Amino acid sequence: MAVAARGLRQFKRTVPAMIWPFIRAILVAGICFVIIYPTLTQLSTALKDVEDLFDPSVVWVPKTFTNVNFKRAAAGMNYWIALRNTLMVTVVTSVLQLFSCTYIGYGFARFRFRGRGVLFALVLLTMIVPPELIMVPLFLNFRYFNLFGLLGGTGINMIGSMWPYAFTSLTGTGIRNGLFIYLMRQFFRGMPGELEEAAYVDGAGPIRTYFRVMLPNALPVMLIVFIFSFVWMYNDVFFAQMFMPNADLMSRNMVRLPLVIRYEQGPEATLAHNAAIILYLLPLIVLYAWLQRHFVESVERSGIVG
Amino acid sequence: MKLRLNTKRELNGWIFVAPFVIGFILFFLYPLYQSILFSFSELEITPGGFKLHPVGWQNYYKLLFENVKFRQVFVNTMIQTLSDLPLILIFSFFAANLLNQQFRGRFLARVIFFLPVIIGAQTVMQIQSGDFISGMMRSANLAQDAGLFSGLRLEEYLYQMKLPLKFTDYIMTAVNHLPAIINASGIQILIFLAALQSIPSSLYEAAKMEGATAWEYFWKITFPLISPMMLTNIVYTLVDSFTAHDNALVKLIRDTAWSGGGAGYGVSVAMSWFYFASIAFILIIILSVLSRSVFYRE
Repeated sequence: MAVAARGLRQFKRTVPAMIWPFIRAILVAGICFVIIYPTLTQLSTALKDVEDLFDPSVVWVPKTFTNVNFKRAAAGMNYWIALRNTLMVTVVTSVLQLFSCTYIGYGFARFRFRGRGVLFALVLLTMIVPPELIMVPLFLNFRYFNLFGLLGGTGINMIGSMWPYAFTSLTGTGIRNGLFIYLMRQFFRGMPGELEEAAYVDGAGPIRTYFRVMLPNALPVMLIVFIFSFVWMYNDVFFAQMFMPNADLMSRNMVRLPLVIRYEQGPEATLAHNAAIILYLLPLIVLYAWLQRHFVESVERSGIVG
Repeated sequence: MKLRLNTKRELNGWIFVAPFVIGFILFFLYPLYQSILFSFSELEITPGGFKLHPVGWQNYYKLLFENVKFRQVFVNTMIQTLSDLPLILIFSFFAANLLNQQFRGRFLARVIFFLPVIIGAQTVMQIQSGDFISGMMRSANLAQDAGLFSGLRLEEYLYQMKLPLKFTDYIMTAVNHLPAIINASGIQILIFLAALQSIPSSLYEAAKMEGATAWEYFWKITFPLISPMMLTNIVYTLVDSFTAHDNALVKLIRDTAWSGGGAGYGVSVAMSWFYFASIAFILIIILSVLSRSVFYRE
C-alpha cells in the first residue's frame, strides 16, 4: 500500500508538485458527493412539510421539521413487523451462507481431487445463470418437495416457510453464493501451508484442522462475505416473492409501497415515499456504520486476490 | 501405500465440497433441466397443477420472429451492457488507485466509495424511478445548484470541437450515466484496491533502483500484476449487469412469463435460454481472448 504512495512521491518530482493534491481532493469530494447526493435529498425531503415542498426558499433544510412522513411510511410498510421478519430471515440465511461457502471454498482451495476443475467451473456457472431461468422449476421443487419421489406422495409444501432459504444457503446455492465460494477459495489459496501441516502432524483430521486452524484466520474475509450476503438478502425481492409470498418482508413491502400510498394522492405520497426509503436504508446504514472500520480494514488484509 | 494416501486426500476434498454438489444437483441442475423442457413446451395450468404440451422449437420461433419487443430489447441490452463495461472498469480502476494513495480523509473516502455496495439497492431505485414529483424536484434543484450535472454545456462544447459525432455521443452518454456507473462500481473498486495492496513493495524498490519513472512503473509493474483482477472484474461486471433485476430484458422476460395465463411461460423460458446462451457466448469469447494476455505471477 505504501508502494503507490511512494510512486506518487516520485511522480510529484516530475510533475508540478502542488497541483495533484488539489485535483485529487476535488475528484474525491466530487465522487463522494455523487454517491451520497440521492440519499441526502431523500432525507431532506422526508423531513419536509408539504408547505416546504413548494416554498422556493427551502432547498435543503426544511422550515418545519416533521415526522408525519415517517409515520405514514412506517404504517404503509408495516415497518416494525417487516423489520423483525426480515432481520430474522436475513441473519439466519447469511450465517448459514457464510458457514457453507467458507467450508466449500476451503475444499476447493486446499485439496486436489479429480473433477475439481469441472466442479469449480460449475460454481461459476451458478453465478452467470439468470435466476429467471430456474425460477418456476425451483418454485415447483419446493412446492412439492420430495427428492425425486423419495419421500412419496405429492411431497412437502415448503413455500411460505424458511426451509427453501435454509436448504439453498446450506448447500451454497443461495443468492450469489458462487461469488462467496470464489472469494473464500481465493483467500484460502493464498494462506501459507505450514499452519495446516503442523495441525496434521499433531494428528488432527481435516475437519478439525479446518475449524481450529484455518477458520480463525479467515475472519476478515468472512466479514466481507457476511456483509455482502446480509445486504443482498435484505434487498432481495425476487426470491422473497417466490419462497415466502405472503410474509411481511422489508424489501417487498418497500416495492409495494406505491400501491399502498399512491402517487395520485399528491405531494404527501412523495414525501412518504422518501421517508420510506430512509427507513428502509436505516438498518443497512446502521450495520455499515457499525462494521465499516473492520470492513475497510478487511479489504486491505483479506488478500482476496490471493 | 501411495495410492491410499492419494485416495484419502481426494476423499477429504469431497467431504468439503459435498454440500455444493448436493445443492447443485437439487437446486440448480434439476431445475435447469426442467426449464429446458419448459422452453420446448406449452404450459397449461389445470386445477390440479399444470400440464406440458411439447411444441418443439415453436417458442424460440415465436420470440425471434413474432414477438414485437424481444429483438429490439435484446440488442439494446447487449449494447448498453457492453458500452458500460469499459466505463465501469476505467472508473473503478481509477478510483481504486485514488483510494490507495495517502491523503487526509482517506478512510472516510473509502467508507463513502463502498457505500453503493451497501445502499445502492435496486429496490430503492425501483421506487425512485416511479417517483415523478421528486424526480422533477430533483432536476429543478440541480438546475439551480450549478451546471455541474447538466451535461448540456459540455455537449455544446463538444459539438463545437467538431469531433466525430459518434464519439461525442459516447462521451455524453458516459457523462449522463456517471452516477449509475459510480453506483455499479463498488465491488470492482474493492477488488482492484485489494489487488493494488497485494503488490509487494520490493518490486517498487527494485524499479526505483533501476531508475524507472512512475509512468513506467505503472505500465510495467502495476498493470501486469493486477491484470488477473482486471479479468475477474470484467466477468463480474458483465454478469452483474446481465443478471440485474432492473435490466430491461430481464424485465421483459418476467413480464412475458405471466402474460396470457401460462401461455407466455414457454416463450419466456425460451427467451431466458436464448439470453443465457448469448451471455455464455460473450463470456467465452472475452475469456479466451483475454486470458492469454493476462500475467500470472506463479
